[in-house]
Amino acid sequence: MAEETMIKMIIQRQDEPEAQPYEEEFDIPYRDNMNVISALMEIRRNPVNAKGEETTPVYWDMGCLEEVCGACSMVINGKAMQSCTALIDQLEQPVRLEPMRTFPVMRDLAVDRTQMFDSLKQVKAWVPIDGTYDLGEGQRMPESKRQWAYELSKCMTCGVCLEACPNVNDNSDFIGPAALSQVRLFNTHPTGEYHKAERMEAVLDEGGLQACGNAQNCVEACPKGIPLTTSIAALNREATLHSFKSFFGSDHHV
Amino acid sequence: MADNKEFFNRRLHSFLGVFPIGLFLMQHLVVNHFATYSPEAFNNAAHFMENLPLRILLEFALIYIPLLFHAVYGIYIAFTAKSNLKRYGYFRNWMFMLQRVTGVLTLIFVVWHVWETRLAYAIYGTEINFDLMADILSSPFMFWFYIIGVISAVFHFANGLWSFCVTWGLTVTPKSQKFVTYVTLGVFVIFTYMGIASLISFAF
Ligand code: HEM
Ligand code: SF4
Ligand code: FES
Repeated sequence: MAEETMIKMIIQRQDEPEAQPYEEEFDIPYRDNMNVISALMEIRRNPVNAKGEETTPVYWDMGCLEEVCGACSMVINGKAMQSCTALIDQLEQPVRLEPMRTFPVMRDLAVDRTQMFDSLKQVKAWVPIDGTYDLGEGQRMPESKRQWAYELSKCMTCGVCLEACPNVNDNSDFIGPAALSQVRLFNTHPTGEYHKAERMEAVLDEGGLQACGNAQNCVEACPKGIPLTTSIAALNREATLHSFKSFFGSDHHV
Repeated sequence: MADNKEFFNRRLHSFLGVFPIGLFLMQHLVVNHFATYSPEAFNNAAHFMENLPLRILLEFALIYIPLLFHAVYGIYIAFTAKSNLKRYGYFRNWMFMLQRVTGVLTLIFVVWHVWETRLAYAIYGTEINFDLMADILSSPFMFWFYIIGVISAVFHFANGLWSFCVTWGLTVTPKSQKFVTYVTLGVFVIFTYMGIASLISFAF
């Protein structure tokens, strides 16, 4: 058998939420078309580090394995991305893995993204249809609008845009671009639109839209190509009109 | 929104950066530029500004109070950011960090500059004219301090115009934002040129 090609990985580990992080190196036998997750699975199968010492298997999160759930996001060679679609062949070696430290680290590469789901609740990122009577069928949506909205609906709450944002950190309570863009999505929906004004109020709450500083890393980093900065600027325009209307008064409701 | 002041404060901060602080900065650099014609031309222009009616009121309403608010809140905003340029070295991220760095530099510069000119006038009655500036700028250290201060202030204002356009929702599409990037680059070049030309005329 020919000599095996090895890949070198340097992984930032952390045993539990409050523990000190440390680095551990691994040499992993290369296979064709390997992705970062299959390399991690190899470590799980054979938890021995580069020094030949027995260690605990590296922990990470995953779900879909096809870049639609967002659970496997981590910082790979300095940039946050999904480990399921990060191909070893396309990565510089040694491959460095770190958790997305913008979020609380649970263990090794797994983080807790609860804050993102809380933000979605804060900005009412849903179409309310529950009530005391049957609302009947919703309005139809023009196809052109549906296609446009579909792009925004691709968000998987992965957290990459928050990790990339210099204004999302311990010093600030900025909710980040993902939830803001979802507001634009739900405001576009013919029934969701009924709650536009409420969402606008929620978006201008502490840590909302105004905490964006336009570094625009989010739009570069988003794996789904969501036009985050366009959504933010569009909301900014609405917020301008909204504040004029609520200060000077207007008959234009919703 | 009613019980949250953050939105209002951020919009006020943004607004004041352009009206009146930005307008004042442009006006100031235009007046200074008369120094490149002759000392008398500068003195006449400066005296015209000094003799505007309600001068003290104008200064407080259009410069001191807005600048104080913008600077204090600006420092707070600047220190809530955490630079990640090493990992995300994109153009806009650079502009974002430079906006914060030049804000702090501008503050240091403006405090010193106001102390040396306007406050010296108020306290010691120092006359503000071409000779005062020529005297200050004859020191190489002060000359370079002023060069850096002027470039910082102009950069901060020009790039601030760009983010002002986004903050108020004037430029929404990437295309329009790119277009305004070029416009603000033009603003930066023109006013930096005017500022440096004036400093050179004072000093040499
Ligand atoms: C020459 C005086 C100054 C001028 C003309 C000026 C102008 C501006 C303008 C036009 C903006 C854009 C507002 C926006 O993003 O919507 C801005 C933003 C900013 N300014 Fe100033 N400014 C000045 C002094 C200062 C000072 C002394 C500080 C203190 C550190 C400061 C800190 C900031 C910060 C942090 C921002 C970014 C705000 C954000 O992105 O939300 N500025 N400035
Ligand atoms: S907007 Fe993009 S980067 Fe941000 S959470 Fe959604 S999919 Fe991830
Ligand atoms: S496992 Fe779902 S995005 Fe990677």
